[in-house]
Amino acid sequence: MPRRVVVAAAASGKHGGMPTGGTGPAVEVTGVTKRYGDVWALAGLDLRVERGECVALLGPNGAGKTTTVEILEGYRPRTAGTVSVLGEDPGKAGEAWRARIGIVLQDATDQGLLTVGEVVRHFAAYYPSPRDPDDVIAAVGLTEKRSARVVGLSGGQRRRLDVALGLVGRPQLLFLDEPTTGFDPEARRQFWDLISALREAGTTILLTTHYLEEAEHLADRVAMVVRGRIAASGTPASLRHGPTIVTWRDAGGVRRSEETATPTQLVTALAAHFGGEVPELAVAPRTLEDAYLRLLSDEGDAA
Amino acid sequence: MSLSTAAALIPEGQGHSFEARAWRRALRIGGLRIAIELKELVRNPMALMFTVLFPLILFIIFVSVFTGHVAPGVNFSQYFAAGMIASGAFYAGFQNLAIAVPIERDNRTLKRLRGTPMPPAAYFIGKTGAVIAVYVVQVALLIGLGSLFGDLQLPGTAGRWLTFAWVSVLGLTATSLCGLAVSGLIRRSEGAAAIVSPVVVVLQFISGVFFQYGSLPGWMHDIASVFPLRWLALGMRSVFLPARFAAFEPGGHGWQHGVTALVLAAWAVIGFAVAARRFRWSNEHRG
Repeated sequence: MPRRVVVAAAASGKHGGMPTGGTGPAVEVTGVTKRYGDVWALAGLDLRVERGECVALLGPNGAGKTTTVEILEGYRPRTAGTVSVLGEDPGKAGEAWRARIGIVLQDATDQGLLTVGEVVRHFAAYYPSPRDPDDVIAAVGLTEKRSARVVGLSGGQRRRLDVALGLVGRPQLLFLDEPTTGFDPEARRQFWDLISALREAGTTILLTTHYLEEAEHLADRVAMVVRGRIAASGTPASLRHGPTIVTWRDAGGVRRSEETATPTQLVTALAAHFGGEVPELAVAPRTLEDAYLRLLSDEGDAA
Repeated sequence: MSLSTAAALIPEGQGHSFEARAWRRALRIGGLRIAIELKELVRNPMALMFTVLFPLILFIIFVSVFTGHVAPGVNFSQYFAAGMIASGAFYAGFQNLAIAVPIERDNRTLKRLRGTPMPPAAYFIGKTGAVIAVYVVQVALLIGLGSLFGDLQLPGTAGRWLTFAWVSVLGLTATSLCGLAVSGLIRRSEGAAAIVSPVVVVLQFISGVFFQYGSLPGWMHDIASVFPLRWLALGMRSVFLPARFAAFEPGGHGWQHGVTALVLAAWAVIGFAVAARRFRWSNEHRG
C-alpha cells in the first residue's frame, strides 16, 4: 500500500489534515445522554479528543459506541448534554462543517451499480478541496477494481471503498465505525498502515472497534465504553498497567496463574519450592484484553 | 499524479463559498446527481422493466383484446393510450420514488449522502431528473406505439401542447411529492412495492384508464374524483382525443381543466407537507 503518497499529500495540501480552522479540542463531549424509549443508551458520557489525536472507542455490542459516534457525526439528536465537534454542534452544523469531517459507514450496500472509480470521483465532487480520486483508490488498494461495479466487490473490498469515501474529502477529522470488520489479516495490516500515515499527517481520528489489537496498534488513547459511559480511558500502556501474570504447572499437574505486583519475588519462591526449574513457567505483562475483560466483569458485578 | 499536485489544481477560495454560492453549488451537484441517477437507472434492468416496459406491455395487451369504439370516431386504443400516458406520471413519480427512496434509505445511500457536504436540494434535483427521464421515455414510447398500433394522434395545436405540458408538470409534481411522502411513511423497503403497486392499479381501474370512465358507477366516480389519476387521465384525453369527445365525458362537464389543476395542486401541497415532515435520511438503529 503506497503509504508515503498519502502522508505527503495530507501534509502538503492547502486544506490538509493539519489542524486548521480553529483551536481547542477536535471533539468535546460533556454529560451526553441518549434515551430510546425506556432505555438509556448513553448515560452521561464525557469524551475529549485533541486535534491530531487518534482515539479508539472500545466496548461490547450495545455499549453505546455507535450511538456516540452517530451523535458526533450529526446523524442522531442527543437527549441531553453538550457536544462540540471541530468547534460546532453537529446537530446544527451545515455543509461547510460536513466538508471538514469524513465518515466511514458501517453496513452500507449502496451504489452497487456504479463502478469504484465512478463512486469515488462523484463523491470527490461534493468537497471544496478533495484528494485525487485515483490516489485515494490506490491508497486503499482498489486500483485493480477501479472499473469494477461495487456490487461485485468482496466484503473487505467494499469496506475499503467505504474508507476511500471517508478520505476523499481531505477531512480534518475522520470517523471510523468498526472499519476493519470483514478484513483478512493482511488487509487489516495494510489498513492500519494507511491510518497510521493519516495520523502522522495530522488527521484527527475517532474509531470504534471490537478488536483490542487494533485499538492498541492505532490509538494514542483508548476509551472503554460500558453501559453508555466511559468506564476507563487512557493510553493503551496505562490501561494495561497493572499486575504481572505468572503461570506455571503445580505438582498435581494443574495449571496455576497468579496476578502479582512482585513477579520476581513469586518466581524466586516458586523456584525454591520446585527446587530449580518451575514446570511451564511463563511471566507475562497484563494485556489490554485482560484489562478490558476485568473491567467488563467489574461492571457486571456492580450492576 | 500525486495528491499534492491534485490539490494545486483546485481553484482558490472554493472552500469558503458554501453560503455565498449555495444555489450554484446545489445546481452543480444536482446535475451530477442527475447523471448518477440516470446511470443507475439504465444499469438496473429490473427497475427499467418495472417503470418503462411494464406500461408498454399493458398497452399492447389491452389494445389487442379491446378493439371496439368508446364513442363515434374514437376507438379504445386512443382512449387507453391517453390513460396510460396519465398513468406514466404515476409510475415515474409516485411508484418510482415510493419504492426507490426506502431502498436507498435501507442500503445507506441516503445516510452516506447526508454525511457529506452535498446540499440536500441536490438529491431532490437528481430524483427530479430521474423522474422526468422515465416519464419522457415512457410517453415517447406510448405515443409511438399508440400511433403505430392504434389511432393515437399527436396534439395538433399549440394549445393542446400547452395543456400537455402543464398537465404533465403538475401531474409529475403531485405524484412525485406523494411518492416522497409515502417513502417517508414506509418503514422498510421490502414492503414498499406491496403497498404502492396495488394503490396504482386500483386507481387505474376506477379512474378511467383500464375502463372507460363514463361506464363506471357513480359511487366509483365519487371515490376516483378525490385522487389525482382521474384528473390526470381526463387532462390527457383533452390532449389526445378529438375535441368532440368532451361531450362524452360523464356529467356533461367537458374537460374541466380548472378542476384538474386544482386537484393536482392540492395533492402536490399535501404530498409536500407530509414529505417535509416525514422524509428521513436514515432509520435510527439502537446501538
